[in-house]
Amino acid sequence: MIDTGWLGPQEWQAVLLSLKVSAVATVVGMPFAVAVAWLLARRSFPGHGLLSGMVHLPLVLPPVVTGYLLLLTFGTQGPIGGPLKSLGIVFAFRWTGAALAAGIMGFPLMVRAIRLGFEAVDPRLEQAAATLGAPRAWIFLTVTLPLILPAMLAGATLGFAKAMGEFGATITFVSNIPGQTQTLPSAIYALLQVPGGESAALRLVAVSAVIAIGAVLVSEWMARRMKARLQGRADA
Amino acid sequence: MLEVAFRHRFPGLSLDVAFSAPAGITALFGPSGCGKTTTVNAIAGLMRPDQGRILLEGRDLTELPPQARRIGYVFQDARLFPHMTVRANLRYPARWRRGAGRDFDRITEMLGLGHLLGRRPANLSGGERQRVAIGRALLSDPALLVMDEPLAALDAARKSEIMPWLERLRDDTRLPILYVSHAIPEVLRLANTLVLMRQGRVTHAAPLTDVLADPDLAPELGPREAGALISARVVGTESDGMIRAATAGGEILLPAMPAAEGRQLRLRILAHEVILSREAPRGLSALNVLPVRITRMRDGLVQLALGDERMLAQVTPRSAKALDLRPGIACHAIVKSVSVLPS
Repeated sequence: MIDTGWLGPQEWQAVLLSLKVSAVATVVGMPFAVAVAWLLARRSFPGHGLLSGMVHLPLVLPPVVTGYLLLLTFGTQGPIGGPLKSLGIVFAFRWTGAALAAGIMGFPLMVRAIRLGFEAVDPRLEQAAATLGAPRAWIFLTVTLPLILPAMLAGATLGFAKAMGEFGATITFVSNIPGQTQTLPSAIYALLQVPGGESAALRLVAVSAVIAIGAVLVSEWMARRMKARLQGRADA
Repeated sequence: MLEVAFRHRFPGLSLDVAFSAPAGITALFGPSGCGKTTTVNAIAGLMRPDQGRILLEGRDLTELPPQARRIGYVFQDARLFPHMTVRANLRYPARWRRGAGRDFDRITEMLGLGHLLGRRPANLSGGERQRVAIGRALLSDPALLVMDEPLAALDAARKSEIMPWLERLRDDTRLPILYVSHAIPEVLRLANTLVLMRQGRVTHAAPLTDVLADPDLAPELGPREAGALISARVVGTESDGMIRAATAGGEILLPAMPAAEGRQLRLRILAHEVILSREAPRGLSALNVLPVRITRMRDGLVQLALGDERMLAQVTPRSAKALDLRPGIACHAIVKSVSVLPS
C-alpha cells in the first residue's frame, strides 16, 4: 500500500475504495439513468407516476431504510441476492454492495438532471432527422444523445458526488470493513469513534473536500467546452 | 404529381383537405391557422391524419414513416443540428438513403454554401441557415420538396437574398415543390400552381395565372392584390430607353431596363391600375391602352380577355352602370402601371 506518511495505508485504502465505488456507481448507473429519464421525459404510459415515485424514493427515504431494504432484497438470503449468489455475484458486505448502494442513492439525482436535458432537446430536430431518412435509433445516437451530453455530465457529477458522500445506506447494507467496504465517510466515522483519531479524520475530510471540489471544477470545465461546441464558438 | 386527400379533427379545427399538385412549384396559400402546416406535416409523415391517402407519383405514402417517404422538408425555423458543422448537416442524409448526397458539390455550389461548410449553425445568418436547410433537404434525394414558409422568419433584406436561390432551384431542378406561404410576392415570383386554403379546407386549386385573373378568387389574395399576371416578349427598345413588349393583345411600353430582344417577361397588372373606356381614349398621359373584351364581372372586378390571356380591372358599381359594362362588349383598358416580375 502507498504510505505517504501523511495518510496511513488504511486511510488510503478508504480513499481509493471510495473513488472506485463512486466511479463504478456512476458509470454503471448512467445507461439506466438515461433510459429512465427518457421514459419519464418522452413517453406517457400507465405507471408513469409510479415509476417517477420509485426513482425518487431513495431521495426521500432515510438512507438507513434504503440500506436495510437493499440488505433484505440483495442480501444472500434475499429474493434477488439469493439467486445472484448461486451465480457467484454477491453484494452484501462487499465493495460491489457499496457501489450498488451508492448507485441507488445517486440515481434520482442523475435521472432528474438527464430528464431536464431530454426536455430541453427540441423534438422538432428529431423530426427533421426523420425526414432525412435516419432510423430512430440513429437519430437518438446522433441528434438526441449529443444534445443531452451536458445534462448527462451534470447528472454524472451529482451522482458521483452523492456516491462519494454516501454513508447511511452503505454502512447498513455492507457494514464498515476496512479494505472491503470502508469508504471515505465510513472511515471518517470510524476514526471519530476511537480516541486520538481526530487528526486522521481531519486529513480525510480535507481529501474528500479536494475530491469534491475537483469533481465540480472538472465538470464545469467540460460543460463550458460542450456549450462552446453547441453554440458554435468553436468551428471545426 | 402529388395527390392529397385526408381528414383530421383537432379540438379547434377540422381539416378536410384534397388537392393535387402537378410538376413545378405549387403554393399552398392561406391565412395563418388555416391548416397549411398540418397539411404538409401529413404529407411528410410527421402527423398521422385520422383518415386519407397521400400519393406521390402513384406511390402510396399513407402508411409509410417519414424516413421512407423521400420528402425533403425545409422548415420555417431551418432546424439545423446545432452540434454539427454545416458540412455534417449536409452529409447527414447520405448515410441512410441510396442516392442521397450524390450531388454534394453541385448543390453546395448552386446554393453558394462552399465557404460555410466548416461553420456551425449558430454562426450563420438567418438567410444562410435557411440556404443550408434547403441544401440538406435536397441532399436527401427527395422525390418532393416541401417548404413551410421558408422565408417567414427572415427580414426583407434576407428574403431578397434567398429568393434568387429559390428561383434557381425551380429552374435548375425538375423537383416538384410544395411551397407554403401567406405572402403574395413570394407566391407570384415562384409558383405555377396555387392551392387556396381557408379554415381547414381547400377552396381552390388552379394554375396561378387563372386564379389571379378570376374575379371570384382574386379578392382572397388580399384587397390590394387583385390583378392578373400576363406574359410578354421584348420586341425592341425605344430611343428614350423604354422597352416595347408584345402581349397576347398588342404591344405595351415598359419602363427602361436592360432587356434583350426576345426575352420573356411576366407582367403583373393590378386591377386598381386599370381604367376602362368604351371609346378609344385620346390625350392621355398613360402610355398603354390595350383592346380588350369583357368576359365576366363580379363585385367591382371585371375580367378582361386580352387575346387568349385574362386580366382584371377594378371599377365602381356607378361606373359599371354609367358605361353599361357587361360581358361580351369590347372596350379599351388603360393601364396606368405595370410591374415586371423577374423570371
